[in-house]
Amino acid sequence: MTAATTALTPTQQAALIRKLTALADDEIILAHRGGEWTGHAPILEEDIALANIAQDELGHAGLYLELRRALDGSDPDRLAFFRGAPEYTCARLVELPKGDWAFTMLRQFLFDASEALWLEAATRSTYAPLAEVAAKAVREEKFHLQHTALWVERLALGTGESERRLQAALDELWPHAAQLFQPVEGEEELVQAGLLPDLNAVHTRWQALVTRQLIEKCGLKLPAAFPDPAGRDTHTEHLAPLLAEMQSVARAHPEAETW
Amino acid sequence: MEKDGEPSTINDLPSTVWKALAAVPDPEIPVVSITDMGMVREVAVDGGRVIVTFTPTFSGCPALHVIRDSIEQAVRDLGVAEVEVRSTLTPPWTTDWINDDARERLRQYGIAPPAPAEHGLIQLDVEPTRCPRCGSLNVRMTASFGPTLCKRMYVCDACREPFEGFKSV
Repeated sequence: MTAATTALTPTQQAALIRKLTALADDEIILAHRGGEWTGHAPILEEDIALANIAQDELGHAGLYLELRRALDGSDPDRLAFFRGAPEYTCARLVELPKGDWAFTMLRQFLFDASEALWLEAATRSTYAPLAEVAAKAVREEKFHLQHTALWVERLALGTGESERRLQAALDELWPHAAQLFQPVEGEEELVQAGLLPDLNAVHTRWQALVTRQLIEKCGLKLPAAFPDPAGRDTHTEHLAPLLAEMQSVARAHPEAETW
Repeated sequence: MEKDGEPSTINDLPSTVWKALAAVPDPEIPVVSITDMGMVREVAVDGGRVIVTFTPTFSGCPALHVIRDSIEQAVRDLGVAEVEVRSTLTPPWTTDWINDDARERLRQYGIAPPAPAEHGLIQLDVEPTRCPRCGSLNVRMTASFGPTLCKRMYVCDACREPFEGFKSV
């Protein structure tokens, strides 16, 4: 136990572990979806860009899971590669199949905006290890956001087809995006203690940022949102096949030490 | 002052270690070293043990284990038996730490050095970049991600040269 962790009550520690795991799970699953475009993206530069973004997101997952390791000693690789779908706590937004290019770019934009704003707020966490990780990751996240914001604009103002595809993607993704702002069990207590950002405040800033981009700049129509109230323990049918592929090598060689 | 060819005394071991680390190239951009990049944050000597603290440039950088191994090897090559390599995230690495000499070498190598980093704001605009070949600001970014996490791709509309530019972090 380091000095930074001794001040946590057992309840706080359990909630913080839940939050760190949820953050990491979102990154791991979205990185996998991004990686599915490797070798298949419409142009080479975008193939490379998505692989870069996925690599950053995995880096962030690694940072969150190292914070968890400091709390309970769990091994990041075991968590990533040896948990099944029922134990994963990613949002359903990131599980959905990669879809077309508009769907991929819009999902990444919605996620990047939420991550960048959350991380920016998390740099002021009273939990020093998290504030350090956030200060590191937010600098990387701004490049993702610049990139995907530009793509969303390009598709919205491009051709009739690209606009239609982007609007269809927004209609499908919008209800799921709200789930990124559902607190995990016990999160409110950590917010009150200053350990975590206030999720409602981040949600408000996110709503303003994405509305400015998608509605004012791109002329898209926000669909009526009926957010799915189910929690992060409820998954779509798409998660299990994704994990089966992602974890196949690790599970085939559970004793391997070097990849 | 130490003389060439003479083993250094224990007192200037930290500066000897710094000098050795200054010769460790960045695995992805070999014209600059890991100290040029500002990645080495601290060298401490504890008895016979040397502790080197470094900070990663990007958290998902695949060269991290290579850098870690290179640091350890460079210090061992000085005859130090016990070497510990630690990593830290605080303060987070910034391209502002790349020294002027290294910036010039990056430019000569064909990589536009980074503009001063601005922190605190989440903005959607991209910082201005100068062509490393002709110095023009009339450049187009062709890809916001390049062959490594730390670079982007550009084309200069003045001299037509395609080039890589360092992200300002």
